[in-house]
Amino acid sequence: MSIIWAIFVKDLRVEWRNREAVASMCVFGLLVVFLFNFAFETGREETLRMLPGLLWIAFAFAGILGFNRSFAAERDNSCLEGMTLAPIDPSAIFVGKLLANLLFLGGAEVVVVFAASLWYNFSFVPALGWFALIVLLGTLGYAALGTIFGAVAANTRMREVMLPVLQFPVAFWVLILSIDATSDALRGMGRKANTAGAARVAGLSLIFAVVSFLLFEYVLEE
Amino acid sequence: MLPDQVRAEWTLEAREVSKFFGDLVALRRVSMRVTPGDSVLLYGPNGAGKTTLLRTLAALARPNEGEVLFAGESLARNRSASKAHVGFVSHATFLYGELTARENLRFFGTLFGLGGLERKTDRALDLFSLRGRDREPVRTLSRGLQQRVTLARAFLHEPDFLLLDEPFTGLDASATTNLEDVLRRLPEEGRAVVFSTHSFEQGAAIAQRLVALENGQVRYDGPLSLAPLESLGINAVSGKHSLIKE
Amino acid sequence: MSKAFPLRLHLAVTLAWFLVALYMIFLYAPRELTMGEVQRIFYIHVSSAWTALLGYFLVFLGSVAYLWKRSRAADDFAYACAEVGFVYCSCVLVTGPLWAKPVWGIWWTWDARLTSTFVLWLLYIAYLMLRAYVTNPGRTEVLAAVVSIIGAVDAVVDYMAIRWWRTQHPQPVIGGGEGSGLDPRMWYTILVTWGALLCLFVYLVRVRIGLAELRREARQLRRELAA
Repeated sequence: MSIIWAIFVKDLRVEWRNREAVASMCVFGLLVVFLFNFAFETGREETLRMLPGLLWIAFAFAGILGFNRSFAAERDNSCLEGMTLAPIDPSAIFVGKLLANLLFLGGAEVVVVFAASLWYNFSFVPALGWFALIVLLGTLGYAALGTIFGAVAANTRMREVMLPVLQFPVAFWVLILSIDATSDALRGMGRKANTAGAARVAGLSLIFAVVSFLLFEYVLEE
Repeated sequence: MLPDQVRAEWTLEAREVSKFFGDLVALRRVSMRVTPGDSVLLYGPNGAGKTTLLRTLAALARPNEGEVLFAGESLARNRSASKAHVGFVSHATFLYGELTARENLRFFGTLFGLGGLERKTDRALDLFSLRGRDREPVRTLSRGLQQRVTLARAFLHEPDFLLLDEPFTGLDASATTNLEDVLRRLPEEGRAVVFSTHSFEQGAAIAQRLVALENGQVRYDGPLSLAPLESLGINAVSGKHSLIKE
Repeated sequence: MSKAFPLRLHLAVTLAWFLVALYMIFLYAPRELTMGEVQRIFYIHVSSAWTALLGYFLVFLGSVAYLWKRSRAADDFAYACAEVGFVYCSCVLVTGPLWAKPVWGIWWTWDARLTSTFVLWLLYIAYLMLRAYVTNPGRTEVLAAVVSIIGAVDAVVDYMAIRWWRTQHPQPVIGGGEGSGLDPRMWYTILVTWGALLCLFVYLVRVRIGLAELRREARQLRRELAA
């Protein structure tokens, strides 16, 4: 447990020293929101229709940037391999990096949501509880996949391209269900619908998180 | 420090190990055994398989054939069996450029579950004269300094087996002398050292035993003083056995 | 698989089977009422879809077997099924629009089967790209196995989720759903066609595995020469 924490803190510290990834993630997310906002004049009803999809697209691409960075820092001096010199469970590396990825992506998501509420004159506050829950659950599944696929892609020749190729077909449904549930939440569809939506996202994210957790040690071995 | 009796039973052994990378055969049925107190020079031309052998012994690479054993237990069954007792140095430094030397060491110490971490970190840093430069980001350090930091990292958990792949790379004269002294001292303390270096003369001044590798195979494994250097194709600089310690 | 069953014979059987299937498709099966002759492509389309799905499942099995036993044969099998399955999957995506356009006037729709097949196609591509681009030859098999296992979980999720999604967002279904009021002769035709495609699948996988084994032998010889 303290090992997971050590890895998590290490990732935070490394990122804090140059803050490249978080900055680029936020900027990218903002760009996506900005482009959509600028390109499509929207009244409230259209906003409600577009916003969930738009937000998750921004999250998805920001996430890809973050996952790539997460393993780029490890690749420089074969640090990922260096960690395996210690008698630790490889899954600990997975959890530690997953938590770090969650934190960074979460931070970028907050920035994106803030900008979206500004530019679309849309208040997330009425639905905040459900909205936050669904974003958290969906991001968990997405980041779990991003963590393992990031590690896989780090072993390839075209790694920046390889990660999205691996990630999107698999994360597709996590994103779709999250968008769906987000849409319900923002429309204020009521407790029953929201619970069902959140449960679906939770179930799917959990499946992928567990599978990624179990398979991670194979990705590290040589 | 464990009782000598227990530690004497700890051996690190490669048994009939072969390792391929696609077309390339890096190791061909190599057997080698390291016991505490050994001082081994691993010598051979480039591409002989020295790096692969060291990595396999360090449990970083999995053999395609054969097995690696630690204290009689196969690493195939328990990969972590040996890790707490092995220190490994390689071309890659395993250091996070953004973190300082101290932070890097502290991180590794935590991974190894070390108690008294600050004290041990200080000791490792002192061993390689790093006290003054330990609070700068590693990426700002010269190659030689980074090499010293990675050496400190390998020594941090006071391993019984030190596997060092060309550890002298990038070191200046005083650091080189320092490392040579350290390597000479370790077997006397009951630890095992296996290292490779480009200079046979340098290695012969430190080690007692020679393992000569060529084309992934062991050509010689025995006391340095008895090694048939000519037939092994080794051209010791002075050409005389008098360089080799008795 | 029976090593004893010679490849040439297998190929001959496959060709014969195809001839039978073609006969059935064009001459035996009745002409569909509303769609006309174009409908006959449905037999290839659906059989290919089933085979593509089966193919990925086999990749999954091979990968699990590889991680468990580290058997090279298992890995060869997985890779071969991926390559052949990918072709079948592409076939589905090609025959779909060819069928849809004349009949319904649209090239594509995100109906259940097409969407699932498209995701499957992407999963195949991911696997094949990964195998091509891994830098360390020692790692390829394990990484590919991991990817295909996650992909298989995703394929299962996908096939279930798309059905749920379509109950929420109904859309035109190509083919009016599988087996909706099919003439028994159509059923026979589709089974025979699927059989032919499976026979071809197995043949191609065997050829592909043979190729992998030859390559490995060549490597072994090269190694020994170098020694």
